[in-house]
Amino acid sequence: MITLIKGGSVVNPHAGTVEKRDLLIEKGKVSRILPKGALGETPSISTTLDASGKMIIPGLVDVHTHLREPGFEHKETIASGAMAAAAGGYCVIACMPNTAPPNDCRSVTEFILDQGKRADKARVYPIAAISKGQKGESLVDFCELASAGAVGVSDDGFPVLNSELMRRALEYAHYCGLTVISHCEDQNLSRGGVMHEGEISTRIGLPGIPGASEDIFVYREISLARLTRCPVHIAHVSTGASVELIRRAKDEGLPVTGETAPHYFTLDHGVLVGYNTRFKVNPPLRTSDDVDQIKKGLSDGVIDMIATDHAPHDSLEKEVEFDKAAFGMIGLQTALPLTLDLVREGIMTLPEAIKKLSSNGAALLGVPGGEIKEGGNADLAIIDTEYEYCFEESDIFSKSMNSPFLGRMLKGRCDLTMVGGKIVYQRDT
Amino acid sequence: MEALSVADVSLILDTADSLKSISMREIKKAPTLRGKSVVNFFYEPSTRTRSSFEIAAKRLSADTFSLSASTSSMVKGETLLDTARNLQAMNPDVIILRHSSSGAPYVFAKAVKASVINAGDGINEHPTQALLDLYTIREKKGGIEGLKIAIIGDIAHSRVARSNIIGLLKMGASVTVAGPPTLIPKGIEAMGVSVTHDPVMAVKDCDVVMLLRVQFERQSKVLFPSVREYATFFGLNEKALKSAKKDVIVMHPGPLNRGVEISNGVADGPYSVILEQVANGVAVRMAVLYLLIGGSKSDNVD
Repeated sequence: MITLIKGGSVVNPHAGTVEKRDLLIEKGKVSRILPKGALGETPSISTTLDASGKMIIPGLVDVHTHLREPGFEHKETIASGAMAAAAGGYCVIACMPNTAPPNDCRSVTEFILDQGKRADKARVYPIAAISKGQKGESLVDFCELASAGAVGVSDDGFPVLNSELMRRALEYAHYCGLTVISHCEDQNLSRGGVMHEGEISTRIGLPGIPGASEDIFVYREISLARLTRCPVHIAHVSTGASVELIRRAKDEGLPVTGETAPHYFTLDHGVLVGYNTRFKVNPPLRTSDDVDQIKKGLSDGVIDMIATDHAPHDSLEKEVEFDKAAFGMIGLQTALPLTLDLVREGIMTLPEAIKKLSSNGAALLGVPGGEIKEGGNADLAIIDTEYEYCFEESDIFSKSMNSPFLGRMLKGRCDLTMVGGKIVYQRDT
Repeated sequence: MEALSVADVSLILDTADSLKSISMREIKKAPTLRGKSVVNFFYEPSTRTRSSFEIAAKRLSADTFSLSASTSSMVKGETLLDTARNLQAMNPDVIILRHSSSGAPYVFAKAVKASVINAGDGINEHPTQALLDLYTIREKKGGIEGLKIAIIGDIAHSRVARSNIIGLLKMGASVTVAGPPTLIPKGIEAMGVSVTHDPVMAVKDCDVVMLLRVQFERQSKVLFPSVREYATFFGLNEKALKSAKKDVIVMHPGPLNRGVEISNGVADGPYSVILEQVANGVAVRMAVLYLLIGGSKSDNVD
């Protein structure tokens, strides 16, 4: 079984290059990378994929996905989420622990891994909770969870309010080889809020969440990183002030990394006029100044990666009064085209964009991925960066439809995704 | 109020003028809305607004029917949209909605064919209150353009303030808001008002002073230190009122917290038009109902 992918341009995020290359895939691995047409003797090729005019990218890696299994299977299952991921060009997704029960023990971690294998789409890696029951009181068994297959810990959805607990989490997780991902939110400031606090919230009469509720905790994590010299990763950065804090921490040489999500560089709080709950997300959509700062942070490398914070919610949670609606939006199938918009805007080059969507995430979690190399896993996607289309519900593979980008014209999409040499998604032609 | 044009507002106020006399007659009824059904759906408690709408509808001979959250299936877990669809199935002409969530009437209106009147949504808007306030000001002052208005109190949590700010600015008045810094929402200047904190400064040379109720039920404990302190430093008494124009009028949407935001002397004094506001509320709501379903056109008021 040898597969040939011919005629495409391979994006190499490490070298920063885009070069025409043919790929041979054998036994789940990339066996050879050849200059276009250099394949001399023809080995026994069983499948040939024509990638002419397309880009071949390392499979994308999402460090921040919410799959709702176990507990909320009406919103998303591990199988449906892994399928949506594959359709979005993702080969790796790391799922957050806020399920029911939460992923705070070996049995849930193993269940997630099993379900991921059974789904056999994008590779699924569990992120376990920091605290038992995500209650912010005591640490979970980090070493045991690491041995069970968890790649990181986070109480995402809930901030760790107790600073000592966070300090100990950083110290202990570092020893266990687990990445700590922090959801930064001072809930004493944000409680009751449903959108960014500012001119728009004042005008349309919705309770606000100030940017400071994020910034305060970002600074706390930086301060703890300075104290412990242990790495910390800041989830879903949404404010310009947070970008600036991370910039200074990096200048100081502290082991701090940060991610943002496509909605934070694509939308601002102006879209909330009209009370459409599809735009309700936490942290909330901020001002256009914040959007500009996020883009700047992506451009100068302060923000290391683009995660989706894919958060499926059923109509039951979304078709209600604005203040009663759930926070969150799906994003696995829109992250790629929205990031390509930044490439077209000149914020990043294509290899830089792919690095933020794949290699940097793989490095953060310590999982294979983010590069196409001889001998490496054949985890890749063939994408058409020029294809324009209106994003519609019929495009969505997730069980939930809560995308803020429905009805929007998108440019760029995934044509084929391969995980371990196996095609897990191929667009209908 | 955002969606209404200056001409719309003037039409509503003019219509209220011509309907006001009905309430003064011995037989307080006109046949204008005979055969029309009006649903009063109050998801949140209300005395003034609810009875005002009910009286307004009845004086125009509409059939009214009241529903509250506690007597509706919402206590059984029915969603707002399903309640809307079920009400629509009974084919009413108007649904008057009061709801604790900002934006609820907008969502509700999309689910029904009937006209929807926003009778107050969360901390967003209370358009008919603003209309009756505009009506009262116009009646007392002969017009609205060029007047100096102070709105004092909990601006952050007040739908009355928001609707009045939008309406007053639209009609050409200048507006100053005042209250403790914790009750002035961020970015309010962008709406076109000036901000101060001291009520004495705010009422200086004013034609109209609007007071807002301190909404204890909406507040977290840390917004201001105590009722005593509020009354002393942010409440309006007769002394503070002296810096206003001589013919100033004092308004309040009710219910009053006497001795907190308003002293007894101001509430019952010669400048107070508080009860006239209530009377005008019926006329303005009759006008809104008449304009929505008295003719053939159907629209929403928000």
